[in-house]
Amino acid sequence: MNNIVKKFLPQILAILFVVLIFGFLTINAQTNMDNRGIDFGFGFLSQESSFDVQFSLIEYSGSDSYARAFLVGLLNTLLVSFISIIFCTILGVIIGVARLSSNYLIKNSAAWYVEFFRNIPLLLQIFFWYYAALRALPLPEKANAWFGVTYMTVKGYYIPSMVWENLNVFLYCGLAAIISIIILRNYANNLRDNKGKQIPVLLYSLAILIILPLLSFLIGGVSLDFELPQLKKLSKISYIYEGGISLPPELIALVLALSLYTSTFVAECVRAGIEGVSKGQKEAAASVGLTPNQVLKLVIMPQALRIIIPPTTNQYLNLTKNSSLAAAIAYPDLVLVFAGTALMQTGKAIEIVSITMLTYLTISLTIAAIMNWYNKKIEIKEK
Amino acid sequence: MFKIIKQLTSVVAMFAVLFAFSTETMAAKKSKTLENTKKRGFVRCGVSQGLPGFSNADESGNWTGIDVDVCRAVAAATLGDATKVKFTPLSAKERFTALTSGEIDILSRNTTWTLSRDADIGLTFVGVNFYDGQGFMVRKGSGIASTSEFKNGTSVCTNLGTTTELNMRDFFDSRGISYEPVVFEKADEVVAAYDAGRCDTYTTDKSGLAAQRTKLSAPDDHVVLPETISKEPLGPVVRQGDSVWEDIVRWSLNTMIEAEEYGVNSSNADMMKTSNNPAIKRLVGAEGELGAAFGLDNDWNLRIIKQVGNYGESYKRNIADTGILPDRGPNELWTKGGILYVPPAR
Repeated sequence: MNNIVKKFLPQILAILFVVLIFGFLTINAQTNMDNRGIDFGFGFLSQESSFDVQFSLIEYSGSDSYARAFLVGLLNTLLVSFISIIFCTILGVIIGVARLSSNYLIKNSAAWYVEFFRNIPLLLQIFFWYYAALRALPLPEKANAWFGVTYMTVKGYYIPSMVWENLNVFLYCGLAAIISIIILRNYANNLRDNKGKQIPVLLYSLAILIILPLLSFLIGGVSLDFELPQLKKLSKISYIYEGGISLPPELIALVLALSLYTSTFVAECVRAGIEGVSKGQKEAAASVGLTPNQVLKLVIMPQALRIIIPPTTNQYLNLTKNSSLAAAIAYPDLVLVFAGTALMQTGKAIEIVSITMLTYLTISLTIAAIMNWYNKKIEIKEK
Repeated sequence: MFKIIKQLTSVVAMFAVLFAFSTETMAAKKSKTLENTKKRGFVRCGVSQGLPGFSNADESGNWTGIDVDVCRAVAAATLGDATKVKFTPLSAKERFTALTSGEIDILSRNTTWTLSRDADIGLTFVGVNFYDGQGFMVRKGSGIASTSEFKNGTSVCTNLGTTTELNMRDFFDSRGISYEPVVFEKADEVVAAYDAGRCDTYTTDKSGLAAQRTKLSAPDDHVVLPETISKEPLGPVVRQGDSVWEDIVRWSLNTMIEAEEYGVNSSNADMMKTSNNPAIKRLVGAEGELGAAFGLDNDWNLRIIKQVGNYGESYKRNIADTGILPDRGPNELWTKGGILYVPPAR
């Protein structure tokens, strides 16, 4: 009896305490809102938003609802996070490996890069890229073409857009290519395990990946045209490009700042991971006759990844949450569109802030779940 | 015996009801915000983060502007000293939350009076201290002379969390013009972006355009277009639920406007005590008991006029003499062709 009390009493008390605090906060908020004549409710989500957004991945106009405005902001947040995560991973791996290079110049440049970018506050970096770097770009009419067809201007980066004919045929070919590569890999693995024979899988895969879609152009009736950005006059001195795709400078600045900043942390994770694999592993692998490439691919990396993944997940989560600094430079992300304009127009502070918090929580938990799944997949399978 | 007890209880109950009612009306006369303000010794006032002419701080942290003067008038009326104000600079996004959460007691921050703001979010607008309208600023060299010359693809810089965002959508939508809204949280960021050529035009209230133009690198290269696309009555706001405080703020503003109407200003206010005009005598506290209605003494309005001045003085000092908008336009008294018209103080 005494033991049971000892075991459960503190836990029950703790739960009671938490419930009481939440109850108190809710009641307190409720009475205060009642006193001030503020209604609580989510009915506003279906009302017309009546404001426009600069940049949206889905069709949106002011006659759509607040719920759709929320979706626009959410997608913009996901877009900037996704692009930045990819860039920061590529850059982080390169810098992390470079830090371990035996070349003095490469090693030290990488070290300087890491120390420089991770020690300047992110908001300042965002401001730098937006106000100092991008603002130094030319006006649309003075821009020189990059690669002949793209234009980097103060109003954004204009690139050609693709106009497809029979896009579905092309996509099917791509899908077929991916499936055949998977089959090929399985076959190659079987061959290696059962007969000890190696075939150059990578080379074959590349060939399939190129040849199949190419065939779709030659005999599948697929064609691809590019719509080029054209300069258009708005007034005597102001111009803009029409046609093609326009990437707003706010997006570019944000991606630059987020990926450069986060890549330094990823680089440190990568370095820690590789250094965490003991030297003996490498020497043992070399002594059984593996080539340096095979040593890295088959022995070092699988072990290093186990160390790299958990802290890198943290960095991805940080990056996603940091993307909310977008509001400072007018990139229409979730915070600017929903917790900014929508909050101001409706005055539903508590509702909107809670929705926004829950959304960020969901995004973070999703990323964490994906990375945990990947981590599980590569961890040592004990038999 | 039973009957007596019954009667007694009913009498007690009646008294209880009466008593409850009387305390209720007593409480209604008292203003919690006023009490707290007196206890604290200063008025808590929310202003902009820097809009010349309306609320702007100099290097030593002294706030000036016509919005600032409303708060100073309330401080003069309630505390007897117009300098006893604590100013909190707020972004457009923060302003209403700061007021409803009780961080400030007056929001005097070029805020547009609209139905949804007044009715929906626990705020009460007490009056208008500046009649404004939304306009557009463009580069002179662009040759654009009217809003009808905007073309598809025009990029527009503006502030987050303002009626401006809604008005410009109405404006461009009704004309079928596609545009790119670039929305910043701080006014300074909007100015910087427009200055760098990110946007073809900058839109906000016309007074704001005139004020922000002075911050551009070459103010003379920019021009405000003549069209006004919206009504923007700007005025002070208080929290809902304290009607006495609401009245104090409303009549502090009205006193300044009425003082101008009757020609009472900071230098002649004392002499006006002996005026023949009863309206003027009421305005300087020499007749009537106007202050008692708010729980203030009878010199509350005299102090406003002496320490802050009348509306005309405030306008001249903050907006006309600084070159922002020398012409008063609609913000002239109704007797002089404007639309400033306040109910009589009697």
